[in-house]
Amino acid sequence: MNAQEIIRSIEAEQLKSDLPTIHVGDTIKVGVIIQEGGKERTQPYEGVVIAKRNGGINETITVRRVFQGVGVERVFLIHSPRIESIKVLRRGKVRRAKLYYLRDRVGKATRLKQRFDRAL
Amino acid sequence: MSVGILGTKLGMTQVFDETGKAIPVTVIQAGPCVVTQIKTKQTDGYTAIQVGYGEVREKSLNKPELGHLAKSGASPLRHLHEYRLDDPGSYELGQAIKADAFTAGQTVDVIGTSIGRGFAGYQKRHNFKRGPMAHGSKNHRLPGSTGAGTTPGRVYPGKRMAGRLGGSQVTVRKLTVVRVDSDRNVLLIKGAVPGKPGALVNIVPAKQVGRQG
Repeated sequence: MNAQEIIRSIEAEQLKSDLPTIHVGDTIKVGVIIQEGGKERTQPYEGVVIAKRNGGINETITVRRVFQGVGVERVFLIHSPRIESIKVLRRGKVRRAKLYYLRDRVGKATRLKQRFDRAL
Repeated sequence: MSVGILGTKLGMTQVFDETGKAIPVTVIQAGPCVVTQIKTKQTDGYTAIQVGYGEVREKSLNKPELGHLAKSGASPLRHLHEYRLDDPGSYELGQAIKADAFTAGQTVDVIGTSIGRGFAGYQKRHNFKRGPMAHGSKNHRLPGSTGAGTTPGRVYPGKRMAGRLGGSQVTVRKLTVVRVDSDRNVLLIKGAVPGKPGALVNIVPAKQVGRQG
């Protein structure tokens, strides 16, 4: 086995196989496991995927939502065991790979058109 | 005074620990190394074992090297390295040292050759500050003064200047072994180690410095 194959096989043990296909522009719900006073619970986080970074085990998505008038962006390492679940709620129609322009918009302008040709 | 292992850096990745934290790790093909010579007080004046690593074709080595390896029955090996020991009696010629000589959680020192950066300037080599890039300044990456004037009339030895950077031996101390894969002879070590993928690295149990206990 060469170097890349060995590294891939180490990563393969930890890759999740049950992830849904996530596209940029989708509205998703992420279940994050958080520690709270010695106890663990799942905290849901909902928002629009504005960027994806593909990198095998290091694959991340950036999810944006506007909460109480403040824009919040969280980056999730999607193969991490702390991400309990990812559910796609809505497929969005976008023409960019990175939706950073949404940061400059407020209110109605942040809406994305829904697309129906991709299954949820 | 303990035996380490020679290996090849394969590259970096990340693994998740039991709490779900991502840990950056370097994957190292560690061994198998073969004990090629046992040095004793009587014959050599000090005690050590010599290990070999990196199988090559027979024609890559010359006759004296092959003859030396033939004494221990080892196949042609590229790299030989000595580890000083108090008592080499527990080792025998031809014995293989594998990755399972280490345990997960152990701290190790990793010795290797850093990436060569060629002839590097003051900023890259010695972390000098650079001059202003604008406002009419023409002093961008110059070193500034190298010393006083007529007295002493020379630049003192050891003045930091531009020159070759990297390609020298570097020891990274107290890295943690995250995982030992004895099937594939692979060690996962937390953090970065010197050199590029494919580089030879020497992994030894961490050296204890200073007062013990």
